[in-house]
Amino acid sequence: MADRRMYLDHAATTPTDPRVVAAMLPYLTTAWGNPSSIYAEAREARKGLDAARRTVAEALGAKPNEIVFTSGGTEADNLALRGVAMAARQRRDRVAAGDRESAAGDGHHIITTAVEHHAVLHECEALAKEGFRITYLPVDNEGFVDLDALRAALDDRTILVSIMYANNEVGVIEPIAEITRIVKAHNPHIAIHTDAVQAAGALDLSVDALGIDMLSIAAHKISGPKGVGALYVRGRTPFTAQIVGGSQERNRRAGTENVAGAVGLATALRLATDEREARNAHVGALRDRLLDELPRRIPDTIITGPIDRARRLPNSASFAFQHVEGEAVLLQLDLDGIAASSGSACTTASLEPSHVLTAMHVPESYLRGSLRLTLGASNTMSDVEALLEKLPPAVARIRALQPMAGRSA
Amino acid sequence: MERLIYLDNAATTPLHPLALEAMMPYLTGSFGNPSATYRLAKQANDAVVRSRKTVASILGARPTEIVFTGAGTESINTAIKGVAFQQEKARAGNHIVTSQIEHHAILHACQYLERFGFDVTYLPVDRYGLVDPDDVARAMTDQTMLVSIMTANNEVGTIEPIFEIAAAVRERASSLKKRIPFHTDAVQAPNSLQMNFAEHDIDMLSLAAHKFRGPKGVGVLYICRGVPFLAQQNGGGQERQRRAGTENVAGIVGAAESLRITQESLDADRTRIAGLARRLRDGILHAIPNSTLNGHSEQRLANNVSISFDGADARDLLADLDDAGIACSAGAACGATTIEPSHVLLAMGVPLERAISTLRLSIGHETTAAGVDAVLTALPTIVERSRAKRAPDSSATAAG
Repeated sequence: MADRRMYLDHAATTPTDPRVVAAMLPYLTTAWGNPSSIYAEAREARKGLDAARRTVAEALGAKPNEIVFTSGGTEADNLALRGVAMAARQRRDRVAAGDRESAAGDGHHIITTAVEHHAVLHECEALAKEGFRITYLPVDNEGFVDLDALRAALDDRTILVSIMYANNEVGVIEPIAEITRIVKAHNPHIAIHTDAVQAAGALDLSVDALGIDMLSIAAHKISGPKGVGALYVRGRTPFTAQIVGGSQERNRRAGTENVAGAVGLATALRLATDEREARNAHVGALRDRLLDELPRRIPDTIITGPIDRARRLPNSASFAFQHVEGEAVLLQLDLDGIAASSGSACTTASLEPSHVLTAMHVPESYLRGSLRLTLGASNTMSDVEALLEKLPPAVARIRALQPMAGRSA
Repeated sequence: MERLIYLDNAATTPLHPLALEAMMPYLTGSFGNPSATYRLAKQANDAVVRSRKTVASILGARPTEIVFTGAGTESINTAIKGVAFQQEKARAGNHIVTSQIEHHAILHACQYLERFGFDVTYLPVDRYGLVDPDDVARAMTDQTMLVSIMTANNEVGTIEPIFEIAAAVRERASSLKKRIPFHTDAVQAPNSLQMNFAEHDIDMLSLAAHKFRGPKGVGVLYICRGVPFLAQQNGGGQERQRRAGTENVAGIVGAAESLRITQESLDADRTRIAGLARRLRDGILHAIPNSTLNGHSEQRLANNVSISFDGADARDLLADLDDAGIACSAGAACGATTIEPSHVLLAMGVPLERAISTLRLSIGHETTAAGVDAVLTALPTIVERSRAKRAPDSSATAAG
């Protein structure tokens, strides 16, 4: 940015890579046809869409027909959960109607975790109101899901397990491959979904290595455009479309395709995959400096999320300050030209303490003092050094101005 | 691309250059997440707020009544299911009234609900594709909790008496002593009608930006204050809890800008487009024997020309027109790779044979008189060739 504003909120959204915008532009200018039509312009659009689908499939080690483009990560998450849940309900209704062929019983149990993004949690709450039984697995102090609790939760009614690949607030990487082994050993027919919105770009997305059946991504988290995401759905996963009204996306998601958006997503994912090592090394060094220094320079500061840096997202540094309002820190940083977050952008306006930190049993006196710094390609070590200079006095000032209830002397 | 004559503006339209220009800052520098609190995010949020105001003022609605979605199809699905599931929760009934000629987005959303035990009445239409407001009122019972009738049909262009229908719904609902929301799929309307619908007893309305020179991947749903509604996309608190997900800022800005441009120059553009449509329609009907206009002759979208050519097959016509550099459609683009007889034409009582001989030519802002004349020159031979090929005594084998 020209005015040297420092952007440290890449988990909220990322600047669109100019190469991505360049790839999208033809589909916003000349190749604007409706890909479902059959004449020449439409075929150009169809070609772009098909190529985008192949690119996304390749990054996931999937087949192109297993990729469903959506309007974003939230739609992808919602669609994964509801798509499987409604397929189970239809099976149950057929069984109730006496169709013995569709045996599978009355599956209605979904397992997820207490630290998922709201796109998963709130959809689960909606499904709970419709009669589905939801188990929210606990996590440990570092945010790792409790695998014994997972083993205990699996039963013969379980239809779906949805566990995020990496957490948006504290950067913890969940052991997805191990989780899928546990679930599939219990019953190979249980569908496993992972919200990979934060993991995309930073981590390997090979769906076979992970063993998952569904995976969600959002373009704008990996230097792509807003308004487009994708859901991977493994071949035989029982799945019912939710947005209906056209045969697009092989009947799994109706609506004229956002061709430019899909091309943008594919380009961003390809670049992220190609450049992953260099990008991770760059942001990883900056992250490590933050994780090393901030707790040293600011008293009563804890790192939230994993201590083992190999088990957290390379671009994510998250902290909690005792007896500080995180929002006050953010305001101060904004005045200093630094954009950061206390957790999830979607809940910034709410004054509730983070459900993720609560589930991790972060002590009460730290709960409102969270700060999430998420790095990207444009950040430099001198940015980080500047932050390390500015933040400690800012926190000290806020602590002095804001005597909070229950604060020790 | 070497193109030529695009007469499929009902399927999609080219993005307006000014809409793209308005979008570009949000695809480049102003990339913030509107839900965040810092300055960069505020720029993005301001753009969404401005766009919402623009759309609201065009619709005659309040900004808080506008929800941006991922497409027209999503708007429609959200409207139908959002009301149905909320009404079910409130035990306000399980019956929906719609028509047989709706877009598949409506019909399939209704079928989705039927699988969950909802009841749907699909009203018939007359031979012009018109829905009778009295039929709507008569179909409503004390179980009815939603009525959805399209503003104008995408295939045959017939404009429904939408305000009369809205008034009939309102009156019948009040005699049933309940609030029954009225939704209209107005996806095809903005190039032909002033869109201040919220001033006319219309409770919900769906739009798709790419039908009025906006970008693909963004839709609008107007939900009048007080309409029972359950969010269909859950997660963050965006769109006042009615549609979760990081806002497609560039798309939203493009949608608002293209709607503004289209509506501001509506009178002049509509006159010109209707003139071209009239020239095309009269030219075809005059030059090609046994050709019939579908839909109402006057009460129709300015840009729609739907004509059947008895004895011809639309697949032949589309292929030959494409070779001649002319793009149009046999019906809804969504079904164009497989030509099934249009449910709209069948509902209007058009015989099957005639239905599969139908072309939809939809004029756009970039269509010229020369383009129309080129179609008038090319089409008679193309129709004749198909008729010869498809004639029962023809030696040519009809393609499967």
